[in-house]
This record gives sequence, C-alpha cells and structure tokens, in this order.
Amino acid sequence: MTTEYQAVFAEFEPIIGLETHIELGTNSKMFCSCSAQFGGDPNTHVCPVCLGLPGSMPVVNRVAVESTIRMGLALNCSIAQWCRFARKNYFYPDMPKNYQISQYDEPLCSDGYLDVTVPTENGPQVFRVEIERVHMEEDTGKLLHAGGAGRIHGATHSLVDYNRAGIPLIEVVTKPILGTGELAPEIAKAYVSELRDLMRALGVSDVRMEEGSLRCDVNVSLNRQGEGWGTRTETKNVNSLRSVERAVRTEMVRQAEQLRLGELIILETRHFNEETGDTTSGRSKEEAEDYRYFPEPDLVPVAPSESWIEKLRGTLPEIPSVRRARLQNNWGISEFDMQSLVNAGALELIIASIDAGVQPSAARKWWTGELTRVANERDCELEELTVTPADIAQIEGLIFEGVLTDKMARSVFEGLLDGEGNVAEVIDSRGLVVVKDDDLLVEAINQALSESPDIAEKIKSGKVAAAGAIVGAVMKSTKGQADAAKVRTLLLEQLGVKE
Amino acid sequence: MTPGKIDSEQVKHLGKLARLELSPEEVADYTLQLEQILGAITSISAVAADHIPPTSHPIPMENVYREDIAVRGLEINDFASGAPSFEDDRFRVPRILGEPG
Repeated sequence: MTTEYQAVFAEFEPIIGLETHIELGTNSKMFCSCSAQFGGDPNTHVCPVCLGLPGSMPVVNRVAVESTIRMGLALNCSIAQWCRFARKNYFYPDMPKNYQISQYDEPLCSDGYLDVTVPTENGPQVFRVEIERVHMEEDTGKLLHAGGAGRIHGATHSLVDYNRAGIPLIEVVTKPILGTGELAPEIAKAYVSELRDLMRALGVSDVRMEEGSLRCDVNVSLNRQGEGWGTRTETKNVNSLRSVERAVRTEMVRQAEQLRLGELIILETRHFNEETGDTTSGRSKEEAEDYRYFPEPDLVPVAPSESWIEKLRGTLPEIPSVRRARLQNNWGISEFDMQSLVNAGALELIIASIDAGVQPSAARKWWTGELTRVANERDCELEELTVTPADIAQIEGLIFEGVLTDKMARSVFEGLLDGEGNVAEVIDSRGLVVVKDDDLLVEAINQALSESPDIAEKIKSGKVAAAGAIVGAVMKSTKGQADAAKVRTLLLEQLGVKE
Repeated sequence: MTPGKIDSEQVKHLGKLARLELSPEEVADYTLQLEQILGAITSISAVAADHIPPTSHPIPMENVYREDIAVRGLEINDFASGAPSFEDDRFRVPRILGEPG
C-alpha cells in the first residue's frame, strides 16, 4: 500500500476538497418546533412542516442561525449582510416535500480559513485550509431498505422515518486544497478533526460521530505535474476521521491506476465502504446536479445586523489551536508531545481528567501511556475505552490517600478495561486494598526479621541499605498490598535506627 | 433555456427528474402547456427593469425567527392513515431505483 501510494507522486499531484455536514445541537428542528434529539421511536419527532403536509409553513430557528454565524466567525469568514434560503429539488422519499431547504448562491458565511497541524518527518507542520462557504440546511429522513438484507440492491420496498428530517445542518465547504502533495490524506483528517473540535468548543454541536452527526464528502482529483486540473470524484458519506484519511488515500491510488492505463476519470459520486476501505461507483454527477435551485418563497431573507454579529463575536470561546498552545505552555511540554497527544485523541480526555481533579502530569501519564497502548491494541479510539476521566480522578485520589499503590492502580485499570465494573467494584473483586493497619505491618516486619536475623543485625549496626531486603520480604508476605515507604519507616522505628 | 421556449426533450428530462413515467402523448401535451405558461412569464420579463431586483417574497420582510423550543408534534395516529402505506411505524414506499439522493 505504501509503495503503491508513494508511486502516485512520481507522476501526479492531488487536489482535494471537503464538504462537511454537521448536525447542530439545537433543541428543535431547523424550520419547525419538533425535537431535534437523535433517535426516538420512528416518526415521533414530526409535524406537518417536516412531513411536508400541504399548507404548512417553515419558520427559521434563531439559534441555528446564530450557531452558523458563530461558526463562520470562528472560521474567519465574512458574514452576509443579506441572504436567502433556496429549494433544492429532487425526488427521493428521504424528503417528503420533494425538495430540501438549503442555501445556494447566497451562503450565510463565505471566504474564511482554518489552520490545521499535521505531523511530518520534520515535525508538526501548519497548513492553511481555505473555506469557500458555510451555509444552513436541513437534514433528511432515514430510509430502511427492506426485503434485501437492508441493502438498496434487491430491496423490495423501503420504510421511512422522518425524525431526522429537518434537523439543522451546517455545511462547511473548503476551496480546492492545493499543494498538499503526499500529505493530502493527513491534511484531510486533521481538517475534519479541527472542525469537530471547533464545533465542540463553540458548543454548537457535540459532534457525535458514531451517531452520524458529522458526515463528510471527499472530493479528489489528480493531475499530471504541470498540467491542468484533473476530473474529480466525490466520495459520499465518509463518517469517521480514520475513514476520511483512508478515502482520500484509496481514491488517489485508484485514480492513478486508471490514468496510467490511459482511462478517463468520470465526474461521479462514489461510495465509501467502511469495512474494505474501497470506493465504488455511484451515479454520474451531471444528472444528479440537476436540482433546479430557486429562492425559497416560504421564508424571508436572513439579514443579520452589525450589532447582532458583534454580539455573537463576543461569545466566541478560545479557539482550539490557541487553547492548545496555552496548555502546552502551562504543562511545559514540547510541541511534538502536544501534537502526539492530540493525534492520539487524548487532549479532551486529559483536560476532563484535570477538571475532575487529577494533576496534569498524572492525567497525561495515564491517557498517553497505558490507555493509548490498550486503545492501539484494540484498534479503537481512546474515548471508546471503558475508562472515564472521573475514574482516573477517583483512582488518583485513592493513590494520594494511600489506599492504592501505583501498581495496584494498574490492576484497577485492567479491571475497568475488561469491564469488571466500576472502580469500587474492581477494587473489591480483585481484593486490592493497601494494608494500612500498622499492627499488621509490624507483625509482618517482625516475622521477616526473625527469618533473617543476620540482616536485622546489619541494619542495627547502621547499614540502612540492607533494609531493602526486609521491605521486600514484607511486600511479598502482604502480596504487594502494603505501601513500601511506610514499611521502611516502621521497620527502622522497630529497630531503633535513624537514617 | 430560451425564455418561453421548451421542447419535448426538456419535458422528458423533467419527467425523469420528477420520477414520472410520461407517455409520448403526455410529453406532447405538457410541452404545449408549459410553453403557454412560460410565454405568459416572458411577457412579464419584457417589463422587468434592471434596477428592480427579482421578487422572491411578496412582502418586504426580513429576519423572522422562532425561538429554539421543542414542542411535541403529531402522534402517529394523526397521520398514518393519510399515507398510502404505513408499516412498523414508518412510511412504506416502493423500491427505490438508483442510489440514495
């Protein structure tokens, strides 16, 4: 794969472009008051507007507009003084109106940029991704293809749930991204990851990728060096960060193969297969784009005043890249270390752990060490592990109180990762409690001393270093559940020796 | 497309986009009807002046918004009977040809 991938660059240069749809975390839908909550029993978040019943009229959700403007400002865009919604006409049952309300030639936000950082051989490199537009639209309903094992081919009929229809979406479209070279897949992934973090920081969406609340369309084209732009393909519905990276890579390799054989790339929609990482041909693009857009007559224009925009600008949080620089400085770590914990998906978990009361160094140690190792081993994301920032706070608290040793803490993590229950349950079932009772420890110390009278004499004569052997014996007899430092102090006390 | 002009090929294409199966007679009928409608609109275009922006809404209004409060909508019993086919609390539709839109 790597060599096949490297070979692409001997002849071709890639150009990529990304269209990202993100569901906003509003209470209600874009154009009606139905709940915008994910899921729910089928067709229970619906009303005449989102069912497209005759005579029903849409009204715009104020928070959805504000969220889009805030996103636009955070992406350094200009905000339109006046813009309209448009009807995108198509006949498919995921939209009962036979059109989707979107924005076309008058997007609310345009011409911005987002700086993303990608790891390279020469250290982290910042790459500026230019943003073409950010606009508002509504999500579509969900189709269940019945009678053909859930697949569209061979299905006898489809069943439609309109709960998702009308949930506010924002679409962020990049300008063609040139000059990425071999880094195209990494830049695509870093861009989507940064966009997700920005949405979360703004609080406009919690971006639950596993629920499909962020979906990416990936445009890729190749051109021979020094020649004009090649024909692009659009790979639809790429739903995870890893898949974005893979989709760009696979499509570049596939197009290079085609072009080498002297075949033409067709302007088309392709589908990404999450399991195989392949893309397959969908419909041809010219036909699909015959949407006959026109201004939505049922809605009035959106014309945000300067004062409204400035008020929203005042609500912008620290943007993720600035926040990362600040934290890196506070924690006193290198840019490389910061970048690797970001890449491991550990940053937010570390911050949440610190917020829960864990020392920064301890939070970093657990998330980037043991837990990252396990996540890699299981080929999953850190946040999918059954360990939470609250668990780490609890375990660190127990270490501080002397209830757990560092070694026992590792055992608790093992138990948590293996789904043995919560922290208290794992400690209980694994019998992990430090022996704190001094009398019990003194008893164990005297036992060890009586078994090695020669060492006892050495210590008494001032060779304090010999104490290690006795401490070791006590740790062994208490099955590692004693605090070694405590044992040592008690031992010296017992023998009347001072350090 | 020239204003006021539409040919049978365009009508067939529109029929395809609208997922309508049109007979040759229907194509001929609709071509004629659409041509008349477009002709009427063309006469409006004749008086449209450059300094007047096209109207997209009859009342000059801007910024009409709804507060973001979720309200329970319809119950399934309210609308299921109006659907041609309803199954497992979902709308049942014919098999879809081609790929999702």
